[in-house]
Amino acid sequence: MDSDEDERIPFSQRAEWSDVKPVSQDDGPNPVVPIAYTDDFRETMDYFRAVYQSDERTHRSLALTEEAIDMNAGNYTVWHFRRLILETLNADLHNELDFIERIAKSNSKNYQIWHHRRWVAEKLGTKATELELDFTRKVLSLDAKHYHAWSHRQWSLQVLGGWEEELDYCGKLIEEDIFNNSAWNQRYFVITRSPLLGGLQAMRESEVRYTVEAILANPDNESPWRYLRGLYKGDTSLLLSDPQVVSVCLKVLSTSMNCVFALSLLLDLLCLGFQPDQEFKSVVESLRTSDSATPDSNLAKTVCSVLERVDSLRSNYWAWRKNNLPSPAVQS
Amino acid sequence: MEKLEVEKHAQYILSVEKRKDDFESVVMEHLRMNGAYWGLTTLDLLGKLEIVDKDEVVSWVMSCQHESGGFGGNVGHDPHILYTLSAVQVLALFDKLDVLDIDKLSNYIASLQNEDGSFSGDMWGEVDTRFSYIAICCLSLLHRLDKINVEKAVNYVVSCKNLDGGFGSIPGGESHAGQIFCCVGALAITGSLHHVDKDLLGWWLCERQVKSGGLNGRPEKLPDVCYSWWVLSSLIMIDRVHWIDKEKLARFILDCQDKENGGISDRPDDAVDVFHTYFGVAGLSLLEYPGLKAIDPAYALPVHVVNRIFFGQMKTCPTQQSSPRLQH
Repeated sequence: MDSDEDERIPFSQRAEWSDVKPVSQDDGPNPVVPIAYTDDFRETMDYFRAVYQSDERTHRSLALTEEAIDMNAGNYTVWHFRRLILETLNADLHNELDFIERIAKSNSKNYQIWHHRRWVAEKLGTKATELELDFTRKVLSLDAKHYHAWSHRQWSLQVLGGWEEELDYCGKLIEEDIFNNSAWNQRYFVITRSPLLGGLQAMRESEVRYTVEAILANPDNESPWRYLRGLYKGDTSLLLSDPQVVSVCLKVLSTSMNCVFALSLLLDLLCLGFQPDQEFKSVVESLRTSDSATPDSNLAKTVCSVLERVDSLRSNYWAWRKNNLPSPAVQS
Repeated sequence: MEKLEVEKHAQYILSVEKRKDDFESVVMEHLRMNGAYWGLTTLDLLGKLEIVDKDEVVSWVMSCQHESGGFGGNVGHDPHILYTLSAVQVLALFDKLDVLDIDKLSNYIASLQNEDGSFSGDMWGEVDTRFSYIAICCLSLLHRLDKINVEKAVNYVVSCKNLDGGFGSIPGGESHAGQIFCCVGALAITGSLHHVDKDLLGWWLCERQVKSGGLNGRPEKLPDVCYSWWVLSSLIMIDRVHWIDKEKLARFILDCQDKENGGISDRPDDAVDVFHTYFGVAGLSLLEYPGLKAIDPAYALPVHVVNRIFFGQMKTCPTQQSSPRLQH
């Protein structure tokens, strides 16, 4: 906000606006949801409607839209008209990026701002590549799960490029907050879509190592467990045959017996036809002995029973799993 | 358990109109059409819609229509698909879809479909799976789905599916309960739910329930009453709602009521608003709270309204399970 905000001069007292007749909001006859507006806002919008109706695309109109946006950054029509003016005036769009950054400081969850930003960045093309990465980095430094910022960043990477540092950036955010699901999602986005990394298959080995480490650091974290499954997307035989997968489950269970994500991955492995060895069997056996319920007839059922107990909020889900085990799981 | 303050919530919705010069009225000005949909749908679910003057509402809604066929958020505002759906839903509540020039309106929506099957929200071209849902929902309510390429629209939505079974706003976008509602809703309405990995998504959705009983929209986020709608409706559409603790969720929503002045907030003891009042009441309706009318999880309209549109005047207020378009 400007420092002179408190001393706002009404448009009606500004010499440069004396030729404009304000147009008040037509709420229709007997409005259903009549809205009471603050005086300043009403006056600004009355002048906005005047220049909008006369389609006056001038510098003063541009300045007026800035004031209107300052009062309410969510007004779709104001942003729309601002773009028309910018285009007509052939304005310097770098200034526009600064303007957006200022508005975003107090309104970063507003769809219009991001939409406008994209419009400007698209016009600037690759000149904006670094600027967009910087801008989203700033927003994400305040809110690392900011949905609009992530969407904008993904769009920007795909259209304007700048993939070089992106995997490191994800790593940095995950290091700052290992529970940040948005950063994990971005990591998957990078390894599957970056033109520089060779795709999921090329990245799988190193990513499995990275993910296993993250899981061991904090086993009660939904994100890396889901990410780990994602690394074997469309290839369940690989998921079954990779010894790192079953070993991370067993390792986690050896220290935290109630880890829902480890148990559920074990269950999935059994459902896919995993052939358990002695170590696997004895770990599940130890879970069972700590379970007061009567012994189940097979390993998968045992795991389901444990899950029903330790994740009681979702006990119906686990009961459903137990009653619908596929044949490979019933044979183990 | 707390009880739902039906009278107070109805009065709260009416009072929102009258308050002066507060922040909410300023920020609501441009999205008054959405506000009308939230408020009026809530009133209908509460069985209180008759306290509103139907003709006034309908004439105001129609005064927001643009010559392109789309609706603006208020009189004199530019059209956007977001407000267009709300306008159609409000007219549907009052059984007044016949005042629309349906071909003009459906041509407007169809004109927003892109080559890849996605939808833009307006002439500026922002793309988001929210707009796919809106276009599909709107055209279905108008019996005009044939105006768009449904197969391509479905394929685009499916391209936004993630490794966790959820959906984002664009391909690669993080799964988010609000976007999941839009994508699952679009697939439900078009009879394409076979594209959803129901067990995987169902588990992700029920992982959204936290200890307080409330639901969050993404991992490690705070619970919020609005997700009682986004998550719950999605779980119902994929037939997995029995996987969460419904009683705890109902208690969480009821704890978010302002028991003195009416209205529902995002979390207990926060300030109320119309948006969360709608989601709280709609969530309780999905939980079959006694006395509330049933709401359709895909069309986000009372079931009796949806039945009227698809089957003509029929028996009133069946439960949501009877929605015939939700092919499991």
